[in-house]
Amino acid sequence: MSAADLTAGREGPLADTDTRLSRTPRVAVADAALRDRLERIWRTEPGLKGWFGTVDHKEIGKRYLVTAFIMLAIGGIEALVLRLQLAGPNKHLLTPEQYNELFSTHGMTMIFLYAGPVLSGFSNYFFPLWLGARDMAFPRMNALSYWIYLAAALFLYAGPLVGAGPNDGWFNYVPYAEKAFNPGINEDIYALGMVFLGISTSVGAANFIVTAARCRAPGMSINRLPIMVWGTLTASAANLVVIPAVSLAFFLLWMDRNLGTSFFTVAGGGEPLLWQHLFWLFGHPWVYAIVLPAMGMVSDGLPTFSRTPLVGYTLVALSTVATMLLGFGVWVHHMFATGLPGLGLAFFSGASIIITIPSAVAVFAWLATIWLGKPVFTTAFKFFAGMILLFVIGGVSGFMTASVPADWQLTDTYFVVAHLHYVLIGINVFPVCGATYMWFPKMTGRLMDERLGWWNFWTMFLGFNLAFLPMHLTGLLGMPRRIYTYDAGMGFSALNMITTIGSFVFAVGVLMFFWNVIKSRRSGAIAGPDPWSGPSLEWTIPSPPPPYNFAVIPTVASRHPLWEDQLDETENRSSFEEGMTLDEGKEALAVSILDAEPDRILKMPSDTTAPFWLTVATAVLFAGLLGKLWWLAALGGIGAIASLAFWNEPRTKLLEREPDAHEERRNG
Amino acid sequence: MAERIVSRPEALPLGPIGGRGIGWNGMVMLVVAEASLFGYLLFSYYYLAVSNPPGWVLESEPSLKLALPNTFLLLASSVAAWWGERGIRKDDRGQALGGIGLAIAMGAVFAIVQGFEWKDKAYGLGTSSYTALYFVTTGFHMAHVIAGLMILGALWLWTWRGFFSPLRMLPMANGIVYWHFVDAVWLAVFSTYYLSPYLGVGQ
Repeated sequence: MSAADLTAGREGPLADTDTRLSRTPRVAVADAALRDRLERIWRTEPGLKGWFGTVDHKEIGKRYLVTAFIMLAIGGIEALVLRLQLAGPNKHLLTPEQYNELFSTHGMTMIFLYAGPVLSGFSNYFFPLWLGARDMAFPRMNALSYWIYLAAALFLYAGPLVGAGPNDGWFNYVPYAEKAFNPGINEDIYALGMVFLGISTSVGAANFIVTAARCRAPGMSINRLPIMVWGTLTASAANLVVIPAVSLAFFLLWMDRNLGTSFFTVAGGGEPLLWQHLFWLFGHPWVYAIVLPAMGMVSDGLPTFSRTPLVGYTLVALSTVATMLLGFGVWVHHMFATGLPGLGLAFFSGASIIITIPSAVAVFAWLATIWLGKPVFTTAFKFFAGMILLFVIGGVSGFMTASVPADWQLTDTYFVVAHLHYVLIGINVFPVCGATYMWFPKMTGRLMDERLGWWNFWTMFLGFNLAFLPMHLTGLLGMPRRIYTYDAGMGFSALNMITTIGSFVFAVGVLMFFWNVIKSRRSGAIAGPDPWSGPSLEWTIPSPPPPYNFAVIPTVASRHPLWEDQLDETENRSSFEEGMTLDEGKEALAVSILDAEPDRILKMPSDTTAPFWLTVATAVLFAGLLGKLWWLAALGGIGAIASLAFWNEPRTKLLEREPDAHEERRNG
Repeated sequence: MAERIVSRPEALPLGPIGGRGIGWNGMVMLVVAEASLFGYLLFSYYYLAVSNPPGWVLESEPSLKLALPNTFLLLASSVAAWWGERGIRKDDRGQALGGIGLAIAMGAVFAIVQGFEWKDKAYGLGTSSYTALYFVTTGFHMAHVIAGLMILGALWLWTWRGFFSPLRMLPMANGIVYWHFVDAVWLAVFSTYYLSPYLGVGQ
């Protein structure tokens, strides 16, 4: 794209020169007066109203991260109790029922309340910073997605707190989960809580897609997006279409249990496998949704610390998209042992094997990047590089179970537990820790302690492998999952003891991570705007960023705006100091989807408590459904409608409607 | 020497103009998610239809006496809503109020007729997995009709208060698209529950 293309708006000058309808943005060099003005426009008021009403993506992102890390800690403690129970044969620390609840709650916590939301937290905080934007596309929806996440987490945890947690595993197979076999309230809380949480994920996904599509700096065409944006974008596109599957499945289960329907029971013409189809139609794309953004962290992080651009950017971006597309066609590999027809098994086995190809593309691109670069061995680099090894181990064990005969042997054994922990801890927790070391300075203005980081990484890495590598063997020896104990003399005892020791070492490593975050927030070394000499836009602004992010809208001339002088790939240079000021009210820029040409000035909503009240009303609705108190549910429903009506009323300030006659007179 | 480029667009549209703006992109997201939900409901129908023994579909020749005219009524309401939206685009408030008002009336009649349709059924929610899916799918659709009617009601009220003009009408465009979606999705629901049995699905 030439410089001339960037100077004209896509629609050209509007024929109508009415100043209400169009404006030529003022372009200037950022100065103190502009920053002051923007600060006044964008900052969140202190006090309760600001706290409940903020729509600042950075505040929302931080809340997501803190909540998700608390969930990680809770889920981790649950895992340690499970490991104590399994440390030796015939232990009775937990009863079978307590064990069932604990491993189900552990899965629910880690998969739904930690792994997805922690990535949403990073993406919420950093999307606008990576993209050169002032905020997300829909700031109020952003606040809503956080509040619903928090409320749904509390709703889901109400179960375990009163001794009625989910107890059929996180995937909650019927017929165990049906009322006849599981009469308590456990599954009702889980089912409704999951429908509730689904709202948050869907709303967040829609917001990420539109933000990545429309809210970028001019010049940031889609071939210049950070890979992390590709990861979150594809994950969000998947979430948008698959979350309804799981929400529907849980809703139908709730009806089966409470309204006498028979969707999943054979007696009434239902089909238990329908549950598995609906669940895994969602569940497998979700696996990619919680690893693709994390793989994006590695794809953006490794080059930063290797001091060289990512090798094969286009291939990695395309393989991200390819993984997601293929990811829609592999759900049946969770169901190989259910007696499906051979042709179906062959198709889904083939698809599950092919999906390793785009993953391998990413792995080789990372290795080549390290090989060609001059790596700086920071803690963040160690976490990203360590992830590659864990990803390969988890990928290979996944490849093995993609083969039907091998799967029949391995299914429901600890081999699968080992595989899924390599995938979820290896490709989610490790990149997230690396990303925290990398971007913590941007969020707080302070660096994390590198010396403690060394201990942190190696304790986690060794503890993790000590715990989960032998677990493959436990599975190959035939130890089944989801049993609360085992007999001595079955050959499982020593391996289980090693796994338990490893899990405690790993937990100590995670503790060091939390300690480093807490300690460094107060007393870490001052970071400055760009501690790593990074390539992307977030490093051009102060740490922590001001409420408006960018005083002037940057113009992007290449894929690595801050490395242009070193790389010298193009004749043009990006501009950070001079650009559109957009300071006549709370304003942001929208661009065209592919080429990122300026398209529209957006009027952004100010802080509002409407998302909070909508969440409260929706929580009341779900509480009413849980208690079958229909009047309470109706009350919640009416509250939700009222909040939505208030929220969506067209506002003059947002230019959604014509001003009233008296307003026009007042404004002259 | 490399050249520093600064984006200096000429006059840019300020806020949503006509039916276009970033809110439109958000509406597309909502429609995609909602369409997926109905996709999974219909998936469940066909899945249960093929995995059950013959006779799963309790009505092998569902009565179209109410359902077919009701379908045409709902589709016609989309036309009325479109005509109402045209009214805003032509700055004709009377046409807008008339069109949207007509769409509301037709949508309300559809909902009432569908209520009779439910009442006439010889079976209830818990009779079999077929009846449960029938009531849940048409019930989900009914919930969307009611949501759509509330949206149309709000649009009518806002039009009456003079909020919209040919240039400021994004909420109108979004709301009307939602109504079109509610109608289009009914076609899929109707074809599945009322027409596909005639083709022998689930027989």
